[in-house]
Amino acid sequence: MSRMISYEKKDTVIHRLSGFTKLVFFILWCMTSALTFDTRMLIVMIVLGGIIYMVSGTRWEQVSGVFLAIMFFMVINLVCIFFFAPYQGCQIYNSRTDILHLFGNYTLTLEQLFYEFNVFIKYFTVIPSVFIFLVTTDPSELAASLNGIGVPYTISYSLEIALRYIPDIQDEFHKIKNAQEARGIEMSSKGRLTDRIKNTAIIIFPLLFSTMERIDVVSNAMELRGFGKKKQRTWYSRKPLRAADHLTIAFSILFFVVTMIITFYDGNRFYNPFI
Amino acid sequence: MDRTKPIIEFSEVSFKYRAQSEPTLKDIDLKIYPGEKILISGQSGSGKSTLAHCLNALIPCSYAGDMSGELRVGGQTPSELGVFGMSKTVGTVLQDTDGQFIALTVAEDIAFALENEGMPQAQMFQKVEAIADKLDLKDFIGSAPGELSGGQKQRVSLGGVMACDVKILLFDEPLANLDPATGKRTIALIDDILKDEELTVVIIEHRIEDVLYRDVDRIILMDQGRIIADMHPDELLSTDILSEHGIREPLYISAIKASGAKIDPADHPRHIENMNIDPYKNRIKQWFKSNTEHKNEESSDTLLEISHLRFGYDRSRTIVNDVSFDIKKGEMISLVGKNGAGKSTLASLICGFYKPDEGTIRFDGQDIGGLSIKERGEKIGFCMQSPNQMISKPMIYDEVSLGLVSRGVPEDEIKKKVYETLKICGLYQFRNWPVSALSFGQKKRVSIASILVLNPGLIILDEPTAGQDYHHYTEMMEFIRKLRDELHVSIMMITHDMHLMLEYTDRTLVLTDGKLLMNARPEEVLTNEEICDRAYLKRTSLYDLAKRCDIDEADEFAASFINWERRKRQESVV
Repeated sequence: MSRMISYEKKDTVIHRLSGFTKLVFFILWCMTSALTFDTRMLIVMIVLGGIIYMVSGTRWEQVSGVFLAIMFFMVINLVCIFFFAPYQGCQIYNSRTDILHLFGNYTLTLEQLFYEFNVFIKYFTVIPSVFIFLVTTDPSELAASLNGIGVPYTISYSLEIALRYIPDIQDEFHKIKNAQEARGIEMSSKGRLTDRIKNTAIIIFPLLFSTMERIDVVSNAMELRGFGKKKQRTWYSRKPLRAADHLTIAFSILFFVVTMIITFYDGNRFYNPFI
Repeated sequence: MDRTKPIIEFSEVSFKYRAQSEPTLKDIDLKIYPGEKILISGQSGSGKSTLAHCLNALIPCSYAGDMSGELRVGGQTPSELGVFGMSKTVGTVLQDTDGQFIALTVAEDIAFALENEGMPQAQMFQKVEAIADKLDLKDFIGSAPGELSGGQKQRVSLGGVMACDVKILLFDEPLANLDPATGKRTIALIDDILKDEELTVVIIEHRIEDVLYRDVDRIILMDQGRIIADMHPDELLSTDILSEHGIREPLYISAIKASGAKIDPADHPRHIENMNIDPYKNRIKQWFKSNTEHKNEESSDTLLEISHLRFGYDRSRTIVNDVSFDIKKGEMISLVGKNGAGKSTLASLICGFYKPDEGTIRFDGQDIGGLSIKERGEKIGFCMQSPNQMISKPMIYDEVSLGLVSRGVPEDEIKKKVYETLKICGLYQFRNWPVSALSFGQKKRVSIASILVLNPGLIILDEPTAGQDYHHYTEMMEFIRKLRDELHVSIMMITHDMHLMLEYTDRTLVLTDGKLLMNARPEEVLTNEEICDRAYLKRTSLYDLAKRCDIDEADEFAASFINWERRKRQESVV
């Protein structure tokens, strides 16, 4: 069974980069995507993201579930934007080209479509980078990197532990779900949605208890081996930064700056093809 | 190493947990010398784990309470040094090897304590390599915990504590989660380490026969917070102290005693292989002659019919491979095999959690391949290992009635059925209690009751007695047998426990690498050397006893003794 969104060991250029590098890239990349509404740059980012996704050797099964969930929320988001602000696009681009009158006050305009298209592709600039970051970064190496940039090791190690146990808890969830289903708690698509939500709570309860039990054991085990008593700790899995890392970091910064310059060159965040 | 000065010394140590009114340890006086290998045994609640926690300072540092008397470990006082301070002297290997595996790979886990010490990376690499070499873990150094077998995980745990150059190794029930053959190897490994390193070893375990696979210097037996025996194994096995205090004696010892013989410590009863058997031989043979029983096959209707079942997560790896068998009505069956042999997957297929790639499952003559998990749940109940994985309602009544409520059964009928079930399970007086007020064994019964209430024809139990001592084990198994006798349900148990299989099941299915290796009476399985080796089972010591007494029908001998013992136990209850 392939587990979703968890680290998988492989040997690709992306995997070989240090966790620190990937973290810097990830943060800068997301900032870039959040700040710009420049369609040209967003398309460049999608293409780049796609290439990196290919290079990282990520399999579709690893991410499909989460991808579909994001798509679901994205559709809701786009529909809501239209219903709450049907002329947002016209305001932004200072022009109005009607395509089709729908009903009441709602008219579909080319500007609104273009604006929502931009929102749509923004999702697609970020999604691959999230996936790549999560499935190619060894959690313990990430913890080491975070500690390296000044995050206290107790915090960075808790993050590692959380990532370490995601697959275990997923397995446990499936086991409990099966056993409860056998008792007649309907979880498959046959049941009504409200029932299914209510029934999910029935799994969460035992899951919480067995997880608590596990936490107790793990925290004792950690203490028994001296975790948390010294101010500093070293890391077995820390990777020194190499040429590829320096290059990647330099590129991320450069890309961020260039994008910002292109985006704000004409004084606002939006690329306007209507003028 | 000065072997005359104790490395661990308890003098009049008592301890009371804050939440309890009675002390758990009472006036403990105990000396353990450097280089010794000590087995501490006792029932659950006897105080043996509490004693162990005093050594690594989890008591009183993590579990608060009142401690009196004096305890010195390696010349230090644990309560002053704290858990962290003691971790440099005492290495603790926990019962739950999954929980102990903190990091993401073998290498990192071994290095965990070194990282916390702040050891430079280069030095750490060397040290980890040296330890991995010693424990034969070099090939797995980059593996994640999920990729390892139970025995490998245990070696990693051991490596993790050995990294600190400790003086004392403390094992907290090391055999609890292992298949029998892996358990045996673990005991051998502990012994080998002790030969190379100057270490003192303390093992907490109630499975005495399995620990005695290799020599220990002394056995310390605890009951109700006190030490009641501190003896050489040969001496202890010659007495009846173990059985009097609810600890399972090695089977061959019980069998020799059953023949009416008195065991002499000078005959070295601690290993059946080299014990001097001559003084007892004739008596045992005679006993066998007068107690031989031939099991007559009872014929009953077939309940579950599995034919040519095949399953794999992907095409390259088959987990269950062409398995066929049936289960009769009212039969108790054990499903055994090493960790990862496909036992849980097979159970999941029967319950419908997975769909088989090939093969059919028939229940009462009907093909149930098309039924949903819920529909199958009314015919086949599945009970997970820990009750905490099952129980989802705070009140006992609500928990047991859950399955009926979700099936829309009328309320008065639910009440009737739930009360009936609670009565059978001996939980009726607790019907209005919250689940949290119950003991572990009672919770387990609640989780069984919540399945029983749906009136299934077959119940599958995953490790029904894992981690329970002999007393609680007997209680649980007698309960399960009662369910079978009174309700005539069939029961299938996934287990690592050879005693359970021998004592309580009519038939054993042995699974290895997804294939059904053997389908026979348990005494036939456990006296078959080849099958035992291939399936990681442990041959029963009754077999060795029979062989050493020149009894050829070893399986019959084993069966006769088990039946005799059961009759005796029932007589003592009446």
